[in-house]
Amino acid sequence: MKRFPVWRYVLATALALVFLLPFYMIVRNAFSTDAGFTSPHFHWAGDLFTDPSQPWYANLASVFTNQSVNLAGSLLNSVVVSVLQTLGTVVVSMLAAYGLARYDGRASRILLGLTLFTLMVPAAVTFIPTYIMTARLQWIDSYQGLVVPPMFSALATYLFRSHFLGFPHELEEAARLDGANPWQVFWRIVFPNSGGIIAAVGTITFMGSWNAFLWPMLVARDNTRTLQVSLSRFMTSQGVEYPELFTGAMISLIPVLIVFVVLQRWLVQGMELSGMSS
Amino acid sequence: MPTPVDPESRSPTRPGPGFRSRLAGRHNQNLWQAAFVTPFFCGLAVFVYIPIVWSAVLSLFEARNTITPTKFVGFANYGRLLNDEAFRSSVGTFIVFALFIVPLTFVCSLGLALLLNGMPRFQAFFRSAFFLPAACSYVVAAMVWRFTFFSGARFGMINSVLSGFGSQPVHWLGGENSWYWVALVTLRLWLQTGFYMILFIAGLNRIPASTYEAAALDGATGWRLTRYITIPQLKATSAAVTMLLVINAFQAFDEFYNLLGSIGSYPSHARPPLVFLYLISLGGSQLDLGVGSAGTMIVTAIIVVFGLVQNWVNHRSGAEERS
Repeated sequence: MKRFPVWRYVLATALALVFLLPFYMIVRNAFSTDAGFTSPHFHWAGDLFTDPSQPWYANLASVFTNQSVNLAGSLLNSVVVSVLQTLGTVVVSMLAAYGLARYDGRASRILLGLTLFTLMVPAAVTFIPTYIMTARLQWIDSYQGLVVPPMFSALATYLFRSHFLGFPHELEEAARLDGANPWQVFWRIVFPNSGGIIAAVGTITFMGSWNAFLWPMLVARDNTRTLQVSLSRFMTSQGVEYPELFTGAMISLIPVLIVFVVLQRWLVQGMELSGMSS
Repeated sequence: MPTPVDPESRSPTRPGPGFRSRLAGRHNQNLWQAAFVTPFFCGLAVFVYIPIVWSAVLSLFEARNTITPTKFVGFANYGRLLNDEAFRSSVGTFIVFALFIVPLTFVCSLGLALLLNGMPRFQAFFRSAFFLPAACSYVVAAMVWRFTFFSGARFGMINSVLSGFGSQPVHWLGGENSWYWVALVTLRLWLQTGFYMILFIAGLNRIPASTYEAAALDGATGWRLTRYITIPQLKATSAAVTMLLVINAFQAFDEFYNLLGSIGSYPSHARPPLVFLYLISLGGSQLDLGVGSAGTMIVTAIIVVFGLVQNWVNHRSGAEERS
């Protein structure tokens, strides 16, 4: 076997630095003063670390007290919306996928066709009709308006269905012989043995929901703005306070990066599945 | 949706079972299936299908500032849109954007996958580093691009590098030049390349080692191995990646809105289809849901036609490979 060429490591390292640079800039800006941020002489280190007149956490403290961002409230909204949407999508899609995978017939084929059609038409394209429906239900500026309409994911159902088609029937039949009905079989046998696919679908749903922008911007008003919407409003308003803005961005990245690092294996699996299913 | 699963129930020699037991099916099969699928398909009906039908109806009516149709206008909304310079230019914006972002992302993600392919150590680390931007939202990425890299002020990172060469600061995102395309394209490239790299790595891992060994026995090495074995074997992955790239470019909204917009206003240039629809129906001063619904129908039709064509091409090339 030939030795692996060194230039590929050098190139990969250089590219990795480029890919990580924006993250570094977020942290650097979050620990800068306003004067340091707008200084025409570009510098790599955040000047809060070198400026002895202010504590290094000055922006962290002020961004939470800034009423115009409402960072704490937005953080809470984002957590509630993302967690509820992930739970809802996983449970509802899993049940539907099981129903489609285990029962054959014309009804199954029609329902599968309806699912595949929405896989082809991305939800973002139909935001106007869905907004009209949500407005009719009077769900504007409510958690249900943020969570429920994007919850019915054709992709998640399709991925779960592929998993169930490969799930061994023998386990289920054994439970059926013991007198369990299909509902009990599902929750006692199928659900506990589907951890991998649940983790995969769950992580991509959570990240998609956490980072969603268009739908929350349409539905959320003063009571339910998520982090992405609040950050976007803050950055497009007049007289932005840059260091505070980037501190908010840094905080918004923490949960999603934790999910990314801890569940990366499942995330990769989910993204591979979702990429290939198209 | 009664499905006669039991063939005996249709037998003419026996009296047919009652409607209720046919509806339930053998072992209540149909009832159980309904119990499993009802929540999902009710949701799909209420939040996807009924809205699309409602929107189709609304697109034939005048509906300003209201979600109930007021006056029947036939296809006038469609006519207005198709004759609207702004709508046509939004399709043009998408085409320009796609012409840059689709080939660039394709080449970069394939390149990264090949760079890491067969790397004996640290492969997982580099893969994570390239994939990490996928965890970032377009909003946060737009913030970095807008206020740090492509800030038009002197303190903007690229401008301060340029001033080292004696150049005046460039007004990247102002719209008086076309430099905003650089910001739009590099942002999406940074954010999505890692995801497509993962798809290519998965494709590479599916190529059987025996294929390489056979080619190596025939004397193929290095670049020739890549060119004649690896890349042809990635055909299915490449088709999927291309389709995803185009569909995702078509839905571009977040980075355009956050890079170029300011509170309550959006410049008249660089409006991709979704930004155009948003401004005409919900975000602008017009709140014209009739025309917005007509736009939804057109945009949906474009994307469905594209999906069908792509599907057809895939099946055809798949059939050719098998024959």
